[in-house]
Amino acid sequence: MTNTALVDADRPFLVELESFSGPLDLLLHLIREQEIDIADIPIARIADQFLDVIETLGLNEAANYLEMAAWLLRIKIQVLLPRPFDDENWEDPRAQLVRRLLEYEQVRELVRWLEERADLRSAQFGRGYIEEPPVLDPTPIQLDMDEMMAAVERVLEAIPRRVLHRVVPRPLDVEGATERILEMLKRDGKMRFAELFDDYSTVADVLSALVAILELARKGRIRLRQRKPFGNMGISDESAVTAG
Amino acid sequence: MNRLSQLVEAALFAADGPVSLNALGALDRDASRSELMQALDTLRSEFREGQHGVELVEVAEGFQLLTRREFADSIARAQLVTRPRRLSGPALETLAIIAYRQPVGRAEIEEIRGVSVESVLRSLQERGLIDVVGRSEGTGRPLLYGTTLEFLELLGLKNLTELPRLEELSVALRSPEEASGMG
Repeated sequence: MTNTALVDADRPFLVELESFSGPLDLLLHLIREQEIDIADIPIARIADQFLDVIETLGLNEAANYLEMAAWLLRIKIQVLLPRPFDDENWEDPRAQLVRRLLEYEQVRELVRWLEERADLRSAQFGRGYIEEPPVLDPTPIQLDMDEMMAAVERVLEAIPRRVLHRVVPRPLDVEGATERILEMLKRDGKMRFAELFDDYSTVADVLSALVAILELARKGRIRLRQRKPFGNMGISDESAVTAG
Repeated sequence: MNRLSQLVEAALFAADGPVSLNALGALDRDASRSELMQALDTLRSEFREGQHGVELVEVAEGFQLLTRREFADSIARAQLVTRPRRLSGPALETLAIIAYRQPVGRAEIEEIRGVSVESVLRSLQERGLIDVVGRSEGTGRPLLYGTTLEFLELLGLKNLTELPRLEELSVALRSPEEASGMG
């Protein structure tokens, strides 16, 4: 968010919109900056300043602020209208705004209290510390086809089966995956393992691709890199390097 | 320290969060409530007077062993543990309103904050700091939210009565009854 400079009659001041948690926060800021008595808000001036600030907002953020702007304008107009002498029920149109602002100030005061408490508490540690996984050096892949298939078997075994009805298992499509990987590598030279999948990818798709890259790596067609355990795998075209 | 105090100490050491008095009672069915309180008192003063690095703290309607505050920086610097992420301003505003007005619906929170709070509510619920505690009788029977034990734990509060009373705040405020009558 950009800084918005508002020029007051007496002194300029800066408003950084992202630091406000809502229109009331911004309004309070405007009031405090100019040391205005909250019970006697110069509504026309404040409403104009408020509008100036929200003009810089994108549409998405503006929604919350527009409602407040409309309200401020309505109050501004109500204040300008002449009022009947004898109307005892007349209430200052700003009264509700003042109530909301005071209420919001109180919430801010509570927030400060909560923050203090949270800070105090966070200086004490309980038990239940879970160690971070160790950082391992990348190891070159050294395994043969049988070991790999055994590993695939273990992964398949580990997938919990809650059989409510039988489905015909979808066979692995290693050829298809190999083709896709080579095609993508031909185009880009390198890629990430995760790029092979989208939200609709199935376990069979992931396994097919896994078998495919392992086989390609074994043949020396591609190079695999994984910076940390369970991290994303980088795949680069090895044949291109040796050829070039 | 008698055996019950030692047992309580062992249980608090093993637990990964605050343990309620009821849960402590399950340690020894023969121990009465007052004996348990006695054991906790003994343990508390043992830690205080015995020059230990941890202390017995009453928090979130339970008891927990926590490291003493003065060691926080050294422990964090040694990267043995990480401090929990701090909550954002909008999240804290929402929490403050829920804490004081629970059970409270979304509309009332939005009226006070002047912004929509749907996503804030969702993330607070995901963090376990608030929960749905019921439904309002009003139109559409909107969900009502309340704070959880995790909320108390995050702030190190024994219970909700430890929150400052509204009269103690420097800003005067309309009562919730007045608020509900307003558009």
